[in-house]
Amino acid sequence: MAETAAEIKKDVGKPKNKGMLKELTKGIIKENPTLVTLLGMCPTLAVTVMASNGIGMGLATTFVLICSNLVISLLKNVIPKAVRLPCFIVIIASFVTLIEFLMKGYLPELYDALGLYLSLITVNCIILGRAEAFASKNGVLSSVLDAVGMGLGFTLALFAMGSIREIIGTGKWFGIDLHLPVTMTLFIMSAGGFFTLGVIIALVNKIAGRKAPAEVGCAACPNAENCPSYNKTEGKKEAEAE
Amino acid sequence: MTLIVILLNAILVDNFVLSKFMGICPFLGVSKKLDSAVGMGAAVTFVMVCATLCTYPIYTFILAPMGLEYLKTIAFILIIALFVQLVEMVLKKKVQSLYNALGVYLPLITTNCAVLGVTILNIDKGFGLAESLVNSLGGGLGFTLALVIFSGVRSRVNNADVPEMFKGVPATLIAASIVSLSFMGFSGLFG
Repeated sequence: MAETAAEIKKDVGKPKNKGMLKELTKGIIKENPTLVTLLGMCPTLAVTVMASNGIGMGLATTFVLICSNLVISLLKNVIPKAVRLPCFIVIIASFVTLIEFLMKGYLPELYDALGLYLSLITVNCIILGRAEAFASKNGVLSSVLDAVGMGLGFTLALFAMGSIREIIGTGKWFGIDLHLPVTMTLFIMSAGGFFTLGVIIALVNKIAGRKAPAEVGCAACPNAENCPSYNKTEGKKEAEAE
Repeated sequence: MTLIVILLNAILVDNFVLSKFMGICPFLGVSKKLDSAVGMGAAVTFVMVCATLCTYPIYTFILAPMGLEYLKTIAFILIIALFVQLVEMVLKKKVQSLYNALGVYLPLITTNCAVLGVTILNIDKGFGLAESLVNSLGGGLGFTLALVIFSGVRSRVNNADVPEMFKGVPATLIAASIVSLSFMGFSGLFG
């Protein structure tokens, strides 16, 4: 613990407030986990039939992300490298169980709406990705800021998805009737989820003037290079081909 | 509900990828070629059925009698992670041909939400062992079906002339939306 305490001091002591701010903001826009690095697609598509569900899912994930990044950055020198992934998964699953309890107690409606997907935060690749790529290499303060930024970026993306789908699909926003002349129920169905996300990513690319990403999933994951499973599959094959 | 209804329901109506949005990452990532789509699908089906076989007794005979139902997320993900590791080692040592076909996809499956999803779903729906196994088998077959169909669609999309901003992932997602739309035709098939 002495080491980590020293590290916190080191982090705070450094005159790099600008750098700290960058850790916070990079997740919201530049490295937005959903729209730019394309992680955590399953909850993005599954729960965003309503804007409020999107926010609830986003905040629950943010909570788990902050707590797991905090604990993992504290324990990074204790956890043996060979078994780090199972350790990370157990830490993440514990916080997911915690948020399940909290939500069941205080927000039972949201708990019912999110259902199974709340448990599935455990396998959301954003959380394991940040643990592996950031928290296991950086100090406590920057890890927490990174988690806050990434979590807010994810929440914003889910909120945008949820709003678009709820407004076009049901003509309501947060349950308030907007009296739209036409609604398309398709948007709150599964096909509408894929469609909305595709269009949003295309728009983000257009606005940011970027070329659309050609890869998704494991290949697009920022920690693909040090991920054992990815290297075993495509990465290695490509390397051999070259 | 009879077992055959559960099976068809899991394959067509409640398709894991196209109507429940589980396992989107492999769906979009591994569906580029037909053979890798089949390999991934087979590996997922295998792990889903075996994971159900492991998690169901643990939940029914250990967690539930002790009132520890809330530990199922932690317990299940650990079981799945351990099981995938074990299968990989056993296949590597004993069944070389199967390892060559499925081995590369196995580590990717630990964090595939469809596997954790199906084990929790079986418990939530109150299925018995036989029903759980059939549901997992159906889920895996549905996943394979979606991957195989989509790999065909994707090879067409890659040759199509799409606008610059839609190239890559956005076009893939919109193609997925149309495939999902066609699966909506199955909804209500079994009431």
